[in-house]
Amino acid sequence: MSVIDITIFNELKQMSGEDFINELIDAFLEDGPNMLRNMQVALDVKDVESFRRNAHSMKSNANTFGALELGVLAKELEYMARENNLNVGDRLENLNKAFSVAGEELKGMRA
Amino acid sequence: MSSKPEPGYLLVVDDNKVNRILLARGLEGYGHKVETAENGKQALEKLRADSFDLVLLDIEMPEMNGYEVLETCLQDPELRNIPIIMTSSLDEIDSVVRCIELGAEDYLNKPVNPILLRARVNASLEKKRLRDEQRKLFRTFATPEVADELLRSGFTLGGKYVNASVMFADIRSYTSYSEKEDPAEIIDLLNNYFALMFDAISGHHGMVNQMLGDGLMAIFGAPIYREDHREQAVRAALEMLSLLEGFNQVQIMRNKTQVQIGIGIATGRMIAGYTGTLQRAIYTCVGDTVNLAARIQEHTKVVHHPLLLDHYTMEGLSTDIECSPLGPVVFKGKQQQINIFAVKLDSR
Repeated sequence: MSVIDITIFNELKQMSGEDFINELIDAFLEDGPNMLRNMQVALDVKDVESFRRNAHSMKSNANTFGALELGVLAKELEYMARENNLNVGDRLENLNKAFSVAGEELKGMRA
Repeated sequence: MSSKPEPGYLLVVDDNKVNRILLARGLEGYGHKVETAENGKQALEKLRADSFDLVLLDIEMPEMNGYEVLETCLQDPELRNIPIIMTSSLDEIDSVVRCIELGAEDYLNKPVNPILLRARVNASLEKKRLRDEQRKLFRTFATPEVADELLRSGFTLGGKYVNASVMFADIRSYTSYSEKEDPAEIIDLLNNYFALMFDAISGHHGMVNQMLGDGLMAIFGAPIYREDHREQAVRAALEMLSLLEGFNQVQIMRNKTQVQIGIGIATGRMIAGYTGTLQRAIYTCVGDTVNLAARIQEHTKVVHHPLLLDHYTMEGLSTDIECSPLGPVVFKGKQQQINIFAVKLDSR
């Protein structure tokens, strides 16, 4: 089962050009773990603003690549942080998993 | 709007690497030259170091966010003419509205739709080009301050009382060694002459608002008020005469026609405003003071002195500009005697 919306992905490829889609995927794979780590740290030190910003970036990247489910999870966390609520339960864990799945699939979609 | 516009020099500001790469590559694909910045501070550094046509600015950034960059740009006279397109996610619509209200040119939702990206960027570049041209056109007749003021606020065709100085300058005589006047040479001479006079006038915050034949009218202290408009007007006149001296020397060397001018300046209350239609309007002023300045300029012929002032203008000058009274004069159509002063030309 694919987690990447192929229509969105193809649009992205069209916009960046075939030559640059790999560069984009690499940036996604590189930056994602940083964002997840920043969110964990922010959670530990209760830095709502940092948590919100990193969730926002994750949401933005997920939607750019058509990883829609990852986008929904990230958005939920972003909105919780907006409301000053860091009682995220297992949501960050789920976000990590969703990122891994989307990342694996994107790796296979490199040109 | 043309379908294939000229490429621009763009700055993409985003803390997110994926967005930076995507926007930069996309825009490069449309033929633009693109530079990127990772945060607000870096963006401002780059904007100040180079001359960009357009900025795509992310709202959400650590340290210095998009609002702060936008506000800083709009307050900076050097940067405020660069259009800024805000980039944001769909759910930040409130933030976008705030940016547009602040003065952002447009916005784009992320993930960016390539067709919208291309259209908005091209539209903004086109608008900027038109504005730049308009600004250049305004500057032909106005000072940069006035041109900016006009572009920012627009103008209304309505008058108000202002206290200002009015200058009339006219060519008194053409001196030529050749028997026959060459029409092409005269027009060439006038163009060079006006270019010099405009420089001197706008260099002293004056605005040329009318040209008729070889004469011109300029206003100092309006539409933007300046405390020292009398002194600026006289200093502009002194510079005009000094530039003309140099101009004539070159003309002599080239065996071409030389010109002598007369300048009259009067100061006082007058009605000023834009006259004309919305398509074609000039800033002008009317009233006794304006008529007086024209009469004083005529009077330069009578007394054979190129720069004359009324009493009120003279009172606004610093002491290093020396004036000698020429006594009261009664001008045609006026009842009152007017005290006229000649400015010593070595005052400059």
